[in-house]
Amino acid sequence: MAVLIHGRIGESIKRKEDGRFLRGKGNYLDDFVLPDMLHMAILRSPHAHARIKSVDTTAASAMPGVIAVVTGELMAQHKLAWMPTLSGDTQAVLATDKVRFQGQEVAAVVAETKYQAEDARDAIVVEYEILPAVISPDGAKAAGAALIRDEKEGQKDNHIYHWESGDKAKTQAAFAKAHKVVRLQTFYPRCHPAPLETCGCIADVNGATGKATIYMTSQAPHAIRTVFALVTGLPEQQIRIISPDIGGGFGNKVPVYPGYVVATAASLLIGRPVKWVEDRTENLISTGFARDFHMTGDLAVDDKGKMLALRVHLDSDNGAFFADAQPSKFKAGLFHIVTGSYDIPTAHVTADGYYTNKAPGGVAFRCSFRVTEASYLIERLVTNAAIELGIDQAEFRKKNFIKPEQFPYHSATGWVYDSGDYPKAMDVALEKLGYTELRKDVEARRKKGEVTGIGIASFTEVVGAGHGAEFDILGLRMFDSAELRIHPTGKAMLRMGTKSQGQGHETTFAQIVTEELGIPAADVAVEEGDTDTAPYGLGTYASRSTPVAGAATAMVSRKIREKARKIASHLLEAAEEDLEWEVGKFYVKGSPDRSKTIQDIAFAAYTNLPVGMEAGLEGVHYYDPPNMTYPFGTYAVVVDVDKGTGQVKVRRMVAVDDCGVRINPMIVEGQIHGGLTEGFGIAFMELITFDSEGNCIGSNFMDYLLPTAWETPKFELGETVTPSPHHPLGAKGVGESATVGSPAAYVNAVIDALSPYGITNIDMPIGPDKVWAALRSKGVTE
Amino acid sequence: MKVSMKVNGVERGGDVEPRVLLVDFLRTNLRQTGTHIGCDTTSCGACTVLLDGEPVKSCTLLAVQVNGRNIATVEGLAQGATLSPMQAGFHEEHGLQCGFCTPGMMLVGTALLERNPNPTEEEIRWAISGNICRCTGYMNIVKAIQYAAKAKASAPAAVGAVAGGE
Repeated sequence: MAVLIHGRIGESIKRKEDGRFLRGKGNYLDDFVLPDMLHMAILRSPHAHARIKSVDTTAASAMPGVIAVVTGELMAQHKLAWMPTLSGDTQAVLATDKVRFQGQEVAAVVAETKYQAEDARDAIVVEYEILPAVISPDGAKAAGAALIRDEKEGQKDNHIYHWESGDKAKTQAAFAKAHKVVRLQTFYPRCHPAPLETCGCIADVNGATGKATIYMTSQAPHAIRTVFALVTGLPEQQIRIISPDIGGGFGNKVPVYPGYVVATAASLLIGRPVKWVEDRTENLISTGFARDFHMTGDLAVDDKGKMLALRVHLDSDNGAFFADAQPSKFKAGLFHIVTGSYDIPTAHVTADGYYTNKAPGGVAFRCSFRVTEASYLIERLVTNAAIELGIDQAEFRKKNFIKPEQFPYHSATGWVYDSGDYPKAMDVALEKLGYTELRKDVEARRKKGEVTGIGIASFTEVVGAGHGAEFDILGLRMFDSAELRIHPTGKAMLRMGTKSQGQGHETTFAQIVTEELGIPAADVAVEEGDTDTAPYGLGTYASRSTPVAGAATAMVSRKIREKARKIASHLLEAAEEDLEWEVGKFYVKGSPDRSKTIQDIAFAAYTNLPVGMEAGLEGVHYYDPPNMTYPFGTYAVVVDVDKGTGQVKVRRMVAVDDCGVRINPMIVEGQIHGGLTEGFGIAFMELITFDSEGNCIGSNFMDYLLPTAWETPKFELGETVTPSPHHPLGAKGVGESATVGSPAAYVNAVIDALSPYGITNIDMPIGPDKVWAALRSKGVTE
Repeated sequence: MKVSMKVNGVERGGDVEPRVLLVDFLRTNLRQTGTHIGCDTTSCGACTVLLDGEPVKSCTLLAVQVNGRNIATVEGLAQGATLSPMQAGFHEEHGLQCGFCTPGMMLVGTALLERNPNPTEEEIRWAISGNICRCTGYMNIVKAIQYAAKAKASAPAAVGAVAGGE
């Protein structure tokens, strides 16, 4: 009789990692205290653009508890004043010549306590000569604009890159034959991942051994180790990055920040551990922001409502240093997924990046490298086109969807979509929403003078980077890894190159081992984040953990199962080919009573091996996926707008996701809830902006507004399952679908509501002020 | 300055500068690191503790201000190995992901149920609206608090026998 083994794929087991968090015993960076540990505080520039005339540290150095004051000059003596970025540029660690954004690192104080370090930081005197600030791509392009990167040889203006994808000539020809061209100009504003835990590190360089142990809030500890080796010149085996429990990341904890480098240098020079933890303002004004894309999209349509071609141009505002965290070959990330869910025969995308006097480090905020901006543009454009053509927006989408039988689908910009059934996901969403009835209801309400609308977004993502030949970070191929050790008692230890920040890896990845080997999830310990013990991997971001490291886990489990078969053959005295596998055991064909469980086999692997076989039951697998995965879904939102105040209320939010096979449905749904909420925040509240002098507005949680339980709508979830044909488990990854897909759905609902008044666009975040002004501009009053 | 207070029922004291924040006193002096720091501006609620039973943000109180008072932190919720109904609710309803906001959320939930044993969803959402969660989208946090309310009502003594992992 089959024994029920808990934790297989598809079972919503409760999370294994919860216990320590529920008891207040998580191990976040700031919870660690090392013997003799010092504290570091960073002095930051109050100006967006200024020349440094002098830095006086005399008073600061004499303050109580101060051990050292680190300046750019000191870092320069050690050749550490600048560091390479993830996008092939350089970034100042501590400023030596100029400051180029408000919040830039200028100096640091190391002291016995945090309070003393901050006191002394405030006693450093810096003399600045203020320069004009550039705060937008238009400003960067303007004649006579201040040259931000004057230290870069050959840099004559503020232009960083030009990048193209698709077929220009073919696209132009298609536009020439178009029945109608619909244009949308839109700005996806700068926002910030703002994980609840800020970034930080504790650098502990051992003077006796030379070993640098660095505790760090990092989503990618192995890649960071290699970068550190390259930047500091320390031998890589002498660097150990430990990424402990992380209080949310959302892309913010991918890059190397100057504070990490300064703390490490300080620990090296002083010979004591140095802790540096940002405060919230430092996090919001200096670390990896997101978006800041100015986009223009043109969609060509024929007289039957079929899409013919897409043309997009974008200007990217990259801040003072081009430090986007993205695969090396792609300057605007994976933005060229912009044809989305639609069978558009030809497309042409152009992008230009610009330096501005704003924080650097465009990160993929819960997104696979600019997929969010792409998805937003096409879904907004499609809704606007439907409105302009007078076609129902669901109908227009269905008419142009890539059809299920077209997969694998070769897109106009070169992607090969693995699988999808877009009409099905939409049907489930519309059914759940009661779309047909709701449309009638909307019309009826409008007749009564109400302002109400329905928004749809049918997104397609491209995640799980990636096949190593195409995707790399600083040359490191974007594979990932899993090392599995089965102990003699049949319990297991799984280590991976990824790093959970709340996604529940300790549970989900144990479940993959359960599925493949029959070891109950409760018996599988999952460990990540320590580069001395975990196998090399590229980390957790861009929804890549399940597509890549999850696949590696399945593959290493299968390798172990093959060895287990040989041991079982020995134990059962039966030929290997006469054995059948049933989750958790091998049995002799036709004699189910003659069986050995995986636990029996594990014990034998250390105690009773076939002659000539190596002991142990362990393995490691480095998985380089053959393709990306393409999760998709349809989101539908109903909003009511108050004409008097401009306030938008989300009445309903239906989200149907297809992320392929779901390993732990409870965790998947939790990820979707979180993403829908961050999408809601981006659509309606979250904004990092700047005044004309480059002062950051949105530098604390009173200005940078995050959704609370009070504003956040309730979500109605649905699912379809279209497995990925190339992933060993059929899974696609889900962490980011909802942040990618939902902003357009929310905004489309507002635009649908306002469309009877001729309003075709409002850029995010859609606060009541913007809606009120748009309505008033069309003469609408209460 | 000398300061003393009861933390989770135990008398604790220290000698601190007057400017030391309660959250720093708890984390640094008492090494109770379950209370977190998320924003410094009283906005996020990661530092929430209960002061004589009422939720307060310990990043905006000085340690000396609570001299002689009762402080409850996340470390005091469980009874030995047994989780409180609130902790059990968060585990059962998947009310946490990264866990950083969780201590504050659970303390607010605990205080809410003390004064209102059977809150509506709207009352729960209002009660936790001073606490930001970046991961869960709040739906499961609401369910977790509802779970705790039900558990407390049905069998106050027997609940919480959920082993929350390790």
